[in-house]
Amino acid sequence: MTETSEQTGQAPVDHAVEVVTASMVFNEGGSARVAALDAVDLVVEPGDFVSLIGPSGCGKSTLLRLIANLLDPTSGEVRVNGKSAAQARLDQDYGMAFQKSGLFDWRTVAKNIELPLELKGWDKRRRAVRVSEMLELVKLPDRGANMPWELSGGQQQRIAIARALASHPPLLLMDEPFGALDEMTREHMQSELLQICAATDTTVVFVTHSIPEAVYLSDRVVVMSAGPGRITDTIDVDLGGARDEETREDDAFYKKITEVREALRGSEMATGARGIEDR
Amino acid sequence: MSSGTATRGGLVERAARRTVLFVAALGLAAVAWELYKAIGPEQGGDIFGWRIIPKTNDRVMPHVWEMLAEFGDPAIGSGDQKVWSVLLGYSWFTFRMALAGLVVGTAIGVGLAVFMARLRVVERGLLPYLVISQTIPLIALAPQVTVIRGTLGLPQWTSAVALAAFLSFFPITVSTLRGLQSVPKASLELMDSYAAGWWTTLVKLRFPSAIPYMVPGLKLAATAAVIGVIVTEITLGGLRGVGFATIDYSQKVTSQPASVYAAVFAAAALGLFMFGLVVLSEAFMMRNRPRETT
Repeated sequence: MTETSEQTGQAPVDHAVEVVTASMVFNEGGSARVAALDAVDLVVEPGDFVSLIGPSGCGKSTLLRLIANLLDPTSGEVRVNGKSAAQARLDQDYGMAFQKSGLFDWRTVAKNIELPLELKGWDKRRRAVRVSEMLELVKLPDRGANMPWELSGGQQQRIAIARALASHPPLLLMDEPFGALDEMTREHMQSELLQICAATDTTVVFVTHSIPEAVYLSDRVVVMSAGPGRITDTIDVDLGGARDEETREDDAFYKKITEVREALRGSEMATGARGIEDR
Repeated sequence: MSSGTATRGGLVERAARRTVLFVAALGLAAVAWELYKAIGPEQGGDIFGWRIIPKTNDRVMPHVWEMLAEFGDPAIGSGDQKVWSVLLGYSWFTFRMALAGLVVGTAIGVGLAVFMARLRVVERGLLPYLVISQTIPLIALAPQVTVIRGTLGLPQWTSAVALAAFLSFFPITVSTLRGLQSVPKASLELMDSYAAGWWTTLVKLRFPSAIPYMVPGLKLAATAAVIGVIVTEITLGGLRGVGFATIDYSQKVTSQPASVYAAVFAAAALGLFMFGLVVLSEAFMMRNRPRETT
């Protein structure tokens, strides 16, 4: 169902994301100077699902915004799909989803999903085909004509994911996309997201402050600490085989949660930071 | 985020309820008027030597039915036309001027707001002067406008349009600017992630999200435009609208005390009509938007 020719014309050796000693300082020279990130290195390979987890102020959202080129690093380099982050943004090489679905109130669900395609200059027919494809993908095939505010929070977030993936970008950047959902919906959405990513072969960088969420979703969990924001640990998560609702009951799952929690504690000891959910 | 109380329809019901309330309020006002006229002192009254209590004689407070009957009387100096038909003609004139002024004012107001939203420097530099501009009395401004109009060789009615626009642009500017600046950060980041330029972001995001903010500004602007035209008519001669009628009829107050009220009613009805038009356009602009029912 995907037009793979469109996804990447890149050589396979390219990393999906490559962050090289990137630092980010806000209010440089001012009295409220904040070192949000200090010499961070991160490599994400195509097809990987990588979570960034850490206490508030550890710079995980900032790191995501550096990859998205919504911010420029004070020093260091960010490359996406073998290009500069700026070029990748211009090429719409990634889709983005936020904690608030950020759907436009005045557009129908279908029109919301269309937005990135519209901006890319696709014609109407092509857009319509892709929109129904995306609605199918997020399992809301009949909701295209609805207004966003007629949907539940979980449905809105699915539409936001559909919008982020509408132009079939090879990379999906997500900033606590399920943070505002209730626990049941949240777990359901996590499973859906894994299916969607498997179906579309999308690389994901996922910011969260929930340990189980990070472990359940990720191939790798990147643990960060605050003051200044640094990567303190990287934990590979191999739960063996496909992940489903059973996975949440596995011993291996719990062991990984404990491992991530301890890694976070280690960084917390150093900084005294808070803001991690244990649930 | 969606709210549980958001509803899509109910527009017709709300319009009907408003109309009923409005008519009821009008009826109550008429009853109160007649009641006071019945029990109040004929020649007014003093409290601690101050003449505060209004007179209730027929010259100051004509009966409601006399005021209404006035509309059916033949209009003096207008051949065999009745007052209502003359007033309708005047109202039509004032309406067209006010509408033109509102359109020009909205264009200027939105333009200024976009300009100020684009450049912070412009906002800081310009906004104080816009506020000051609104403190200038219209009556002081009208002769200047006439002089400028004269040197440009424009027809006389353009003064009315100019002053209506002068009064109406300001609420539009303020409300639009507020709306353009109230876009959620995540939405701006989203447009940024699409590498959308400033203009695209304005059209696809900032402008649509500003509309709910613009509606109250538009309501103020519509009534301000009517006032602008009426004041122009009163200040400058030669423009025959409801403002002119108010002055003209007040000269007949001795012989026909109810006639002034006929002109005042016409002006009020015109203001309401303009307001109604804006409410209609609001219903159009806000269709498909979430609505909090209270």
